[in-house]
Amino acid sequence: MALRTEPFVLNVGPVHPSTHGVFRMRATLDGEVIVNIEPVFGYLHRGIEKLAEERTYSGIIPLTDRLDYLASMSNNLAYVLAVEKLAEIEVPERAEYLRVIMVELQRIASHLIGVGSFLNDCGAFFTPFLYMFREREKVVDMLDMVSGQRLTYNYMRIGGVSQDIPDEFLPALDKFLKQMPGFIDEYDQLLKENEILLARAKGVGILPKELAINISASGPVLRGSGVKWDIRKADPYSVYDRFEFDIPTGTVGDCYDRYRVRVEEMRQSLRIIKQAMEQLPPGAVRSEVPHLLRPPVGEAYGHIESPKGELGFYLVSDNSIAPYRCHIRAPSLINLTALRDMMIGWKIADAIIIFGSIDVCMGEIDR
Amino acid sequence: MTILNFNLNSIQYWQTLPPDWPGEFWWHWLVFTVIIIGFVLLLVMGFIYIERRGMGRMQARLGPNRTGPFGLLQPVADAIKILLKEDIVPTKADKLVHWLAPVIAFAPVLMVFAVVPFQNGAVLADLNIGILYVVAISSVTTVGIFMAGWGSSNKYSLLGAMRSVAAVVSYEIPLVLTIASVVLIVGSLSLNQIVLAQDIPFILLQPLGFLLYFIAGCAEINRSPFDLFEADSEIVAGFHTEYSGMKFALFYLAEYAEALAISAIITTLFLAGWRGPLLPPWLWFTLKVIIVFFVMVWTRTTLPRVRIDQLMALAWKFLLPLALINLLITGIEVLTLPAALPWVMILANFAIMVLLVLLWSKFFRLGGGRVEV
Amino acid sequence: MKFERYGIGIAKGLRVTIKHLFHHPVTVQYPEQRLNPSRRTRGNELIWDRTKCTGCATCAKTCPQGVIKIITSVSTEENKYVVEKFEVDTGYCIFCGLCVEACPYEALFMGYAYERAKYRRGELVQANEMLGASPERRPSGYMHPEIAAQLPRQTLLLERITEEE
Ligand code: SF4
Ligand code: SF4
Repeated sequence: MALRTEPFVLNVGPVHPSTHGVFRMRATLDGEVIVNIEPVFGYLHRGIEKLAEERTYSGIIPLTDRLDYLASMSNNLAYVLAVEKLAEIEVPERAEYLRVIMVELQRIASHLIGVGSFLNDCGAFFTPFLYMFREREKVVDMLDMVSGQRLTYNYMRIGGVSQDIPDEFLPALDKFLKQMPGFIDEYDQLLKENEILLARAKGVGILPKELAINISASGPVLRGSGVKWDIRKADPYSVYDRFEFDIPTGTVGDCYDRYRVRVEEMRQSLRIIKQAMEQLPPGAVRSEVPHLLRPPVGEAYGHIESPKGELGFYLVSDNSIAPYRCHIRAPSLINLTALRDMMIGWKIADAIIIFGSIDVCMGEIDR
Repeated sequence: MTILNFNLNSIQYWQTLPPDWPGEFWWHWLVFTVIIIGFVLLLVMGFIYIERRGMGRMQARLGPNRTGPFGLLQPVADAIKILLKEDIVPTKADKLVHWLAPVIAFAPVLMVFAVVPFQNGAVLADLNIGILYVVAISSVTTVGIFMAGWGSSNKYSLLGAMRSVAAVVSYEIPLVLTIASVVLIVGSLSLNQIVLAQDIPFILLQPLGFLLYFIAGCAEINRSPFDLFEADSEIVAGFHTEYSGMKFALFYLAEYAEALAISAIITTLFLAGWRGPLLPPWLWFTLKVIIVFFVMVWTRTTLPRVRIDQLMALAWKFLLPLALINLLITGIEVLTLPAALPWVMILANFAIMVLLVLLWSKFFRLGGGRVEV
Repeated sequence: MKFERYGIGIAKGLRVTIKHLFHHPVTVQYPEQRLNPSRRTRGNELIWDRTKCTGCATCAKTCPQGVIKIITSVSTEENKYVVEKFEVDTGYCIFCGLCVEACPYEALFMGYAYERAKYRRGELVQANEMLGASPERRPSGYMHPEIAAQLPRQTLLLERITEEE
């Protein structure tokens, strides 16, 4: 005789150790198995898109810092690229290279957190997380050195970057480039082949290639599913066409693949930084841009490969000092749409690591 | 008939008591109870300190170092803080169950130490069924944990409690089987006898047994990588999500006391208990307990957590068959091999362990666990 | 037959963690040990130089948060604006540094200090003389390279850890 059972609803979040911010998943569980899941977000909504409509073009840059606060540099870049496209502004060569260095450093920092918190979700009690934070600290130190702040850099400007790098920066960067590969190896030693991690992450939360493309996922989530798509190669912005690097991809699109893609991307970022450092030209870092910029009437879409995926800014100008409309394509939000397909049928413990492997940032989802 | 038998037996038992009973009995009882409670509380504090500092250092940080010299008073400060916290009982909780659960979880752990010898004969009760008593008593804690999970009327707690029951029921079996192979060699269930029989620590004679016992023990007492009854990244704090203040302190205490109990039993069964050269026996015992606990801290720092179905698979597909094979091999060795050749046996046993683990690694499958819904 | 998943990964991980037990920790004991912040720190509290300020209000116009309030009057004998009130509500300031960047007369600086917590909200609103530089309110080198050159070198974690190469 079968016992009568009934599914029950578990609210994971908004305040939960593993929801990376204030995210809520309404999970319907049958025992431990997830039968249905409903993401609920909006707890961190600050109306950034609306706020942008009444700020000057340069005043929006600090706002973009607060989107994906783990990758402020990337947000800055995506925004200024859109404005530069809109107003057709030239950027000095040196500034382009500096931008690339900063953004790639930022990618390393963001992936360190993404991977660290993913491993933490798997239950490795803060060890990988803290090791990775140690290296992130070094990156943050360097970004602090150039921009003056540790989280909200506000470094990019329309037509360049705010200041040239100080003299100590390049030696520090050089040292970092020498140290970092060893540390990445250390992380790999710590958990890459760990049997428990393999059992937990391999084959779990598979996002098939077709689905990934259909939901227009991007970033490591898409590449983990085996699609070789990277905006740095597909539509090179800034000076990315001058560097040599590979696009790491996964094979099946499970949590483990996404984790590996991130780790490999860190190695590729180091490669890019190294090349950029060698090619760094002298010169000005900022072109003359009117203080209160009035771009011609029109629209522009600037997109970059941010650590989380394709980050795009769509700006409409009505020839006033503030954009008429500013829309942000946040990669985290769009990657999150696959949540239900990935989670159904897995256990609650898997749901946590699947969510962790998407590596979302709530600041970007709720905007 | 059985009742009659039981009565007869108990009468006989009554008659076997020494003629001068109770004699020193109550003194003995009092002294050892005080010693045990003191030992447990002190060592639990030590464990908390070791865990936090050791883990801190392994994670490239310092760990608590502000209260007292080297942060030694941190556990005391923690205890005071916890005791001063408000005791919150959820409105929908089953009040009585919620209240009783911590006590039921903690008391049996303390009772385990009644049979653990601190040095030769220094034991509260040298039961001739000592190890059986340990196995029986220590699983009562699960009842407390389940009561906590059920009584708090919280879904996270319930999930944790269900996981706990499932895990403990499965892990008890390999645990008992490995103990059985130790008992086979010694021929006695008394813990004191087991220690006395270890001229060579049984970790050498029973390497596989030690490995299995360590894994199963960790799973029993909710240590990483099997800490999924209170998996903080999944179900917040598992069964004690809704506990605070004194009751939470009892759970916390029970958790570390359990770790202490398992370390003590591992020490007694496999590491020759209090035996050792030079140092006094109780110090040897404490040292070994701390070393075993340190290994637990070490694994906790390194390993991710397994999933509930993997936990079950590990118990039934890895630990159980290996424990059975181990029992069989031990039986054959005890019957056929003369005790004069310990080193041959040690080598053979290590070879068998390596072989079996390698063989079973072939059964390791990835990617399972999805259920069609 | 190839054996790969018999626990070798676990053993490797255990090796890494035990190695760290004997390494020096990277954390800093804050109140006793202090690190030098970046020379360009956009630290707490704006610093305003009354002597250099002309009252042009470019900073107020640039500020995305609108936290700078300037009241000026016209002084006819000197033929210039006199700043009567320069008020910054640091509670709303996001320390973006745009005002410092915009000031054409280099009269504004970001702060270098990082321990300027206040007990009351009212204390966050600062005006006139409160905004001047003082030993505990040193200006930072943000957008002012000449000041940056005098500040102590930033402590980098990169340079503090020497054990692993
Ligand atoms: S730092 Fe930014 S927010 Fe603060 S006053 Fe200056 S411009 Fe305004
Ligand atoms: S921009 Fe500079 S000079 Fe002009 S009002 Fe502000 S502080 Fe004074």
